Amino acid sequence: MNVSGIAEFIAALLILVGSMMAVVSAIGIIRFPDVYTRSHAATKSSTLAVLLTLSGAFLLFWINQSFVSVRILLGIAFVFLTAPVSGHMISRAAYRRKVKMSDTTVEDELYDVLHGEGKEREK
Amino acid sequence: MYKTNDLILRTTTSLIAFMMLGFAIYLLIAGHNAPGGGFVGGLLTAGAVLLMYMAYGTEAVEKMIPINFTTLVPIGLAVAVGTGVGSFIFNQPFLSHTFGYFTFPIFGEIELATAMLFDVGVYLTVVGVVMTIILTIANDR
Repeated sequence: MNVSGIAEFIAALLILVGSMMAVVSAIGIIRFPDVYTRSHAATKSSTLAVLLTLSGAFLLFWINQSFVSVRILLGIAFVFLTAPVSGHMISRAAYRRKVKMSDTTVEDELYDVLHGEGKEREK
Repeated sequence: MYKTNDLILRTTTSLIAFMMLGFAIYLLIAGHNAPGGGFVGGLLTAGAVLLMYMAYGTEAVEKMIPINFTTLVPIGLAVAVGTGVGSFIFNQPFLSHTFGYFTFPIFGEIELATAMLFDVGVYLTVVGVVMTIILTIANDR
């Protein structure tokens, strides 16, 4: 196996792992109990899925057609900057609208910060 | 009621709006030989300005970008029509475009086409129309 064959294998592996990450993220969105854990699954693992898939595509274009796509690199940087912020804004909007957490939640430290220490929280 | 703290959104906006504006310029210039052009570039520019409006508020952005976006529409249309009428000076039919090769100090030889000026007109019109629509709806009280 020559060098370009090895690089092609690595690119295919990256794309495969990226698609598996996307599937894991989708399963997490379906199976997690409330909006906060769901946004955790939707933000983190799908960002990683996009990173792996895009770097696989970047590597494949680089090896096969010797074309260095700046747009793919820019896309990776852009997704890495924006996806966590959008997840943060969605969870924050959900918290501000008092969306219920799941019953297994044991700690809500933000409530004490917003409403003062030791205040009883309404159920 | 607590005061909202948009630190994370504002910090990322200052970087992301910059990247979006740069990519919009790239799309505008690359439209001749690659996907892109005045329409997509204008939409992306409007998106970047809209993100700044969402993060910083109306007063701050109006201080940062002191442009009345409604005036961009006639300016863009005038540029687009001007490139068409300009062909009459050289005894050519309406909207005849030409191109030439010029040598620049750093970039080397570049093909410059007058279709680019038409695209700039489309770009300005799209930015003006989209921003006018969105700001009019947003200010409706």
